[in-house]
Parts: sequence; C-alpha cells; structure tokens
Amino acid sequence: MPFDILVLACLCYVILLFLVAFLVERRSVGEALPWLRSPLVYTLSLSIYCTAWTFYGAVGYAARSGLEYLTIYLGPTLVFVGWWWVLRKLVRIGRQQRVTSIADLISSRYGKSNLLGVLVTLLCVVAATPYIALQLQSVTLSFSVFASGPHEGWQMPDHDSTSIWVAAGLALFTILFGTRKLDANEQHTGIVTAIAVEGVVKLVALVAVGAFVVWGVADGPADVIARIDRSVIADWDLVPSRWAGLTMLSAAAVICLPRMFQVLVVETRDERHLATASWAFPLYMFLMSLFVVPIAVVGLEIMPEGANPDLFVLTVPLDQGQGGLAMLAFLGGFSSATAMVIVAAVALATMVSNHIVMPLWLSLRATPGVAGDVRGIVLLARRISIAGVLGLGYGYYRLSGGSSALATIGLISFVGVAQMLPAMLGGIFWRGATRTGALWGLTLGFAVWAYTLFLPSFGPDAVIPARMLLEGPFGIAWLRPQALFGVEGMDPLIHAMFWSLVLNGTVFCAASLVSFPRPLERLQGAAFVNVFETGNRGPQGWAEGKAEAEELLVMAQRILGEEEALALFQSEARLQGKEGYLPDPIPAFVERLERRLAGSVGAATAHAMLAQLAGRAAVSVEDLMAVANETAQIMEYSARLEAQQEELTRTARQLREANDKLTRLSVQKDAFLSQISHELRTPMTSIRAFSEILMEGDLPPEMAARHARIIHEEAIRLTRLLDDLLDLSVLENGSVQLNLGLANLQQMIDRALQSAAHTRPERSFTIHRDPAVENIFLYTDSDRLAQVFINLISNARKYCDAAHPELRISVRQKGGRVTVDFADNGSGISKESQELIFEKFARLSDQTRAGGAGLGLAICREVMANLGGTITYLPGQGGAAFRVTLPLRLQRAA
Amino acid sequence: MTAHVLLIEDEPNIAEAIRFILMRDGLKVSTHSSGADAIEAVRSTQPDLLILDLMLPGMSGFDILSALRADPQTEDLPVLMLTAKGQVRDRAAAERAGVDAFMSKPFSNTEMLASVRALVPR
Repeated sequence: MPFDILVLACLCYVILLFLVAFLVERRSVGEALPWLRSPLVYTLSLSIYCTAWTFYGAVGYAARSGLEYLTIYLGPTLVFVGWWWVLRKLVRIGRQQRVTSIADLISSRYGKSNLLGVLVTLLCVVAATPYIALQLQSVTLSFSVFASGPHEGWQMPDHDSTSIWVAAGLALFTILFGTRKLDANEQHTGIVTAIAVEGVVKLVALVAVGAFVVWGVADGPADVIARIDRSVIADWDLVPSRWAGLTMLSAAAVICLPRMFQVLVVETRDERHLATASWAFPLYMFLMSLFVVPIAVVGLEIMPEGANPDLFVLTVPLDQGQGGLAMLAFLGGFSSATAMVIVAAVALATMVSNHIVMPLWLSLRATPGVAGDVRGIVLLARRISIAGVLGLGYGYYRLSGGSSALATIGLISFVGVAQMLPAMLGGIFWRGATRTGALWGLTLGFAVWAYTLFLPSFGPDAVIPARMLLEGPFGIAWLRPQALFGVEGMDPLIHAMFWSLVLNGTVFCAASLVSFPRPLERLQGAAFVNVFETGNRGPQGWAEGKAEAEELLVMAQRILGEEEALALFQSEARLQGKEGYLPDPIPAFVERLERRLAGSVGAATAHAMLAQLAGRAAVSVEDLMAVANETAQIMEYSARLEAQQEELTRTARQLREANDKLTRLSVQKDAFLSQISHELRTPMTSIRAFSEILMEGDLPPEMAARHARIIHEEAIRLTRLLDDLLDLSVLENGSVQLNLGLANLQQMIDRALQSAAHTRPERSFTIHRDPAVENIFLYTDSDRLAQVFINLISNARKYCDAAHPELRISVRQKGGRVTVDFADNGSGISKESQELIFEKFARLSDQTRAGGAGLGLAICREVMANLGGTITYLPGQGGAAFRVTLPLRLQRAA
Repeated sequence: MTAHVLLIEDEPNIAEAIRFILMRDGLKVSTHSSGADAIEAVRSTQPDLLILDLMLPGMSGFDILSALRADPQTEDLPVLMLTAKGQVRDRAAAERAGVDAFMSKPFSNTEMLASVRALVPR
C-alpha cells in the first residue's frame, strides 16, 4: 500500500477526530447532548488504558510469554470491580477539591506543598517518557510495515525521519486539541469524546482482525484451540511471582498513570458513572484481550521465522492479502497511540504549567498587583510543555534505539508511576501520613526505580556502564542495580518493583510516623480521609477580612477571565444578600474562590496566590493546639458551628439592614406629603402674590410685564412638577405607553448630551466617549431612554464637584444586553446614600435651587424597569457612576 | 422713621413679591437668601422686623430663631415666620420657638401687610 495513501488516511482520521471534538465542545457550551453525559462515553474514554502497547504489544507479549499478558488487564479489572473502595473516594476527592492532576492531588493532600507537586510532576514526566517513546515506536513500525510491503520485513531506512514526523504531528495535534480553548479549565469534553471514538475504533479493529484470524485463516474456534495446543504458547509455565507482581503493578498503574488519572478523576462528570464503568470497562478489556492468543498463535504459524510478533496484528492480514483489514488494524493502532499521547501530554502539560511554570512566574513577579492575563501564560506554558513532553519521548526513542520489545518499555513506565501509590493511598486512607513521609518515600522510590530499571533500560553502557551492572558501583556487590542487597535471580522488573515499592512504602510510613504534620496538612488530611463524612465542606483556611474584595476580583479576572470572575462574584454577592456590590471576603467565600482557582492553576498555586493577598492562611495557635491534642475532629466540628454562627450573624445583619432601610423609607413616605405640599406651595406663593399685585392695576407697563413673566415661569414650574409626578405614577403602575422602534445608541447619547448642556451651561465638561462602540442599534423607546441619559448627564453637571469636571460614557455589549456607564470624577455618593438616591424626593442636600423636586432618579429607575433594564449605582469608580443596562431588543410582554 | 424689615427667603420670586408689597407700603426692606449667615445679616442690619422662611439652605428657620432668642440683643426682635409646608405641627413648633406671627404660603397680600403692620412699631 502506498505510503502517501497511508499518510492521507491518518490525516483524514485525525481531522475526523478533531471535528468530533470541535462539535462536541461547541454543543457542550450550550446544552450538552444527553448521551455525551452518559456513562458509556466515560467508560470508552477509560480505554486509553489500552495504548498501542496493548494493541500491538499484547500479541507479541502472548507470543513470547503466553498468558502473562492477561495480568495487564487483571489488575485494572480488580481495581474497577472494587471501585467502591478506592476509585469512588478518589473521584469524590477530585471533584470536591477541584483536583487538576495527580500531582495536584498529592500536593493538595500534603498541605498544598508545591515541592511535592514538582517532584510528582518530574516523576510523571520521566515515567511517561518511555511510554510516549513506545507510542512513537509503534506508529513508526506500523508505518514501515505498510511502506515496505508485507514480505520484506519492516526495516525502513528512514525510521528516524518517520518518527520525528510522527512526534511533531502528534505534538501539533495535541496542542490544537488540548489547548484550543482559551478558557484554562481542566475539563475537555471534546477530547474525552474523541478518545471515546478512538476507543471504539481500536476495539472494532482488534476484534475484526481476531475474527478474521479465527474464521478466515483458521477454521473456527475449535481449530484455533487445536492450533494453540500445538504451539509453543501451550508450553508456557506460570511464574507466580511475576503474575502477582504484574497484576499488582497494572492495578497501581491504572490509578497512578497521569493520563488515567486525567480521564478517571479530572474529566469525570458524574460519580455514578463509576458504577457502570466498574463492569463495562473490564468487559471492554476482556474483548480487547479475547483474540490476542489466536492472533499470536496463527501469526507464529504462518509468518516467517523471526517475524516481529509485536506486529502480527498488521502483518497477518497483510500476508493474507487483506489490505482493507490491515488498514483498519493500522488505524486501530494509530488510535491507540494518538489517544494515549494526547491525554498523557495534556495531563503532563497541566502539571508542568501548574506546578513548575506558574510558581516560578509567581515568584519572579515582584508585586501581586501587576496587570496582565495569567491565562495567556498558562496556555503558552501548556503548549510548550506538550512539545517538550513529546520531544523527550522522541529523545528516549532515539536513545534506546527503538529496539526493546513493546511490552517491556510499558512496564518500565508502570513501575515508575507506581511510586506514587504509597503517597496517594496513604494520603486518602491514613490521616497520619505527612508531607515529609511522602517526600522521602517518593524520592527514594523514584531513585531506586531509576537506578534499577529506568537507566539500565537504555542498555548496557548507555547510561550505566556494563561493569557496574555486573559488579555494582565501585565494586560494591550489594549495590548492583539488578540485584540489590544481594537478592539475585529475580526477574529485573519484579526486582525493581519490589525494592522500589518496599523502600518507598517503608520510608513513607516511617517518616510519616516520626514527623509532625503542619496544620494545613492536618486539615487537608482530614478533608481527604473523611471526604464522605465531611459533606461538601473543606477545611476552613482563611482569616476574615485580610483580602480586599476588589483585589480578589482583579486576580480572579486574570485567571478565570473577566466575565466568569464577575459572574462568580455576583453570585457570591447575591448569596451574601448584597446584590450590586462586591461580596465581603468572608472565609467561606475565599475558600470557594480558592477551589475555583485551583481548578485552573492547581491547588498549590491557587493557595500561594491567595496567600499573597490574604496575608496568610488562618491556621494559627488554635489549630496547632488542636493538632497537638489530637482534637482536630472536635476543631472541625466547632469550626462548622462557628461557620453556622457566622451565617446567623450575617442573616441578622441582613435583617437589620433591611429593617433600617424600611424605617428610612417609612420616614421618607411620611415626608412625602409634606414634600409635595412644599413643592406645590412654593410656586403658588409667587403666582398668588404677583397676580394680586397685577389685579390692583396701577403699575407701569414694564413692571406689569415683569410680574406677568414671573407668574408664567412659576406656572411652568408647577406644571413640570405635576408632569413628573404623573409620569412617575404612570411608570410605577405599569400602564405606560412605550413607543418602540429601532434607534441608534450613539445618536441617543448625542441628543442627551445636547439637551443636558442647558443645565448649568456655564460649566465646561470634558466628555470621554468611544463612538465606535456606541454604534449599536437598539429596539427600544428611544425618547424614554434619552430621558434617562439626559437625567444622568444633568445630574453630573449639577453635582460633580471636581475642579475640571469630566464625564466618561462607556458602552459595552454582552450577549443580548447593552450596558451604558456614566462616571464622573467628582467625590461620588456616600455609601449610606447610595441606597436612597433612587427613592422619590431623595435630594441629598437641601438645595432646592439645585433643580427639580428630587424625582429624576426615581423616574429613571421606573423608566428602565419599563424598558426591561436596570439602572444601578456603581460603587468604587472614583466619582459618581451609574450603570444603565438594557436589552438590545425589548420584547413586548404579551 | 421708616421701619426696617429684613426678609430671609431663598425663593427669589417670593422674596421679590414680598419686597414689592412692603416697599409700596412705605417700609424699608432688605433681603437675604441663605440660612447659613442669616444671623450675621440680622446683627448687621438691625431690622425692626424679621420675616423668616422655615426651609432655608444651610440652616433651618427654627435654628436661626432659637439662636436669635438666645441672644439678648435680638431676643425681643419681632419675627414673622413663613412656611410652605403648612402643617399644624410646624405652626406649633414655631410658636414654641417664640415666633410672633406665623404664615403659610401661599398668603394673600393684604394678610401679609396686616401681619407686618401689626408687628412693626409705628
């Protein structure tokens, strides 16, 4: 089959996957398709456990070591069948703490220690490197099988260039896939769905090849069983230590592998999906392994001596002239490799950016207030990390010569990631586990793994000299990498796994027992271990009032983006009963904010960033005493009581505030009649006095004219007052006639500025506007809206007390709504008055001469309510600022 | 000797009307529009009668009145108080504060003249 057709097929396949991801992500913004949320997709996405290693390598494994390949499926099956015990807890913790990766989980558990985060990240990157190399190798090999034809072997002269193209292609693909969204959120619905599709493709491909081998090459199951009996595989002996070891290893790997953790915990939509996956995923693995032995046996029989059994899945159909089937098998293998690489790279990139790049960036930055969007840095860091991870994989592939059997490389990775098991399981089941224990355990396990398995895997003399392998470093025999402490004759893999995990676990436990956990660790430990008991509350970590709400908002905007941060703060403000204002930075809110941020940049970074603003976490003397007295439980309980009491105090405060407002309003209502009376009597007094003078009739004509003019003016003033009152009453009882039509916002503002210029015409105002943004057509009542604008501009002209008055009019369009802000540079309105200004006759000063009767803003509020919008006072803008919000198109109520 | 009336009223049109009526009747009228420095104005003008509006910018008519009554120099100054609120309790409060006459807006010109004449020593 021509090489270029193969490449074309791969490209088409990749584009198809990309489309799937793209469409799903688009849909998930709106309402997601129901089946996307089904446990089926979750289960299929777990299939990234089956990589190219399992797809191709299992057959090779079976050909070399008989049924031992089953251990790779047996371990995960045990874990999933027993999901209630470990997986459920992991997923619950992951969701509650908004864990972004396995490094984040461990760092978060041990007191949000970034050192641990860095260590785990490095471990994961190093351990994933051989695995990624493996995927590159398998894709390269499968390419070469096609390119060079079925009978001439698979040595292709340009292996290297193929593999570098594959690595670059996968990197590009992953970057496009995994960092496409500007939103630095850890859930990737699109990818998960694409992975699920790949899961189907590889299963179908392997089953198809299997079925072909059983019914196409052999004569059905009976014949296959007879062939198995005759083949060398039947002679294979079970080695109990390897079986037990490998089963345990794969069980550990299925929860520790960064990519598995990503789909298993981070991407979970619903904890209940686990229940389905607990039987469906083992079933999937069963189907994946069903035809492995038949393919291996038939392959050994019909393929020439020395053929690479790792490629039987491809070479057997090709040998039998089944080009289409081979193509399907090729795509299956390609699916396995790409799925693994994409998820692994995304998971690792998240860790690198959250635990290495972000902390570095934070510490390099001098002050917490520097402007800039962190999301850009996060995304860039992730893109570079993805390229870096694949670069490392490629480097390993070149260094190790691409020669080792597929299965062996995969197992090296497994042992590497299994080093996280003690810290992880200890962390979620044992409250006594400490950061020191985790650090020492991980470091030692990692070092032993590298020394006994990883470094030797490059081959003798590559990194570790052959002499050292045989005699130990400096001739110390008991330090020989593959026979530590003189234990000889063990399988190197089992040897490495045994020693690394035993030393890791022992040191972890011992160091945990002798070291003393820090308060934050103690609290996080309780939150993790008792995740099912504590309900949805984490530990209380923040002291009251240390951080300013405004600073928090600025920081949240830079990480979450402006819209999302604002929405978060608004909903919090609503919870606290102070809608329209910034929420109080109460500990519970800071806590929620921290978790929300942790979902984007990881627990340790989020904690560090908040600590910069909040001063320090509130783990204080009381916490230490609680730790010392082993009364953490009681402390948690009292913290909860305290929180309840705080809640009550807050409610009481809200009630008090409401009551105060009502009292003030009632006083105002009382004053209303008196006000009306005053406002009507004043012009009437002039009218009456002057008309009586005129009636006497002995005045010079110019004086009579002057008096008549005063009467006229005052009559107009009276009319205007009555108009305003009537207007208000009509607006208030909702019987107003709106004159709806299309109108240009810019022209309305122009008109309003012109009309308002008559108010105190002697004041010259600097007006700041952005005409381009204002050019919006609204479907509304333009006269009414202009009335509101005129009122706001006139108010600014009357009350702005700056020496060089300025007025900024800024327009923003968001969704179907438009906001128009009017902000001046005066001294603004005091907080206690802000709630009253929209009430009737609420003049802030007694200056009758300042203008109307104090009905302006009350009318504005009613007009905006009738136009389906709002008018609010914007606190914290420097001067007095009002925000008018209204819909682009006013829908008439039916 | 022409009697001197000081009028403290912040509505310019009302002030003009009262001034016209009183001047036509042969009284000398000064006007002042702010409450804040009303007391200084009384001291410097030394009027025979003070016409005082109740709602003034800066300082209310009641406060001005009690300040005047507390000062021996002005404690006997006749005061006619004007109010646009016209509520009964305002009148009562004004009487307690020691006004000599009280008048609601709007008033008739003859009524105004009669009250002023009754208060101005001739």
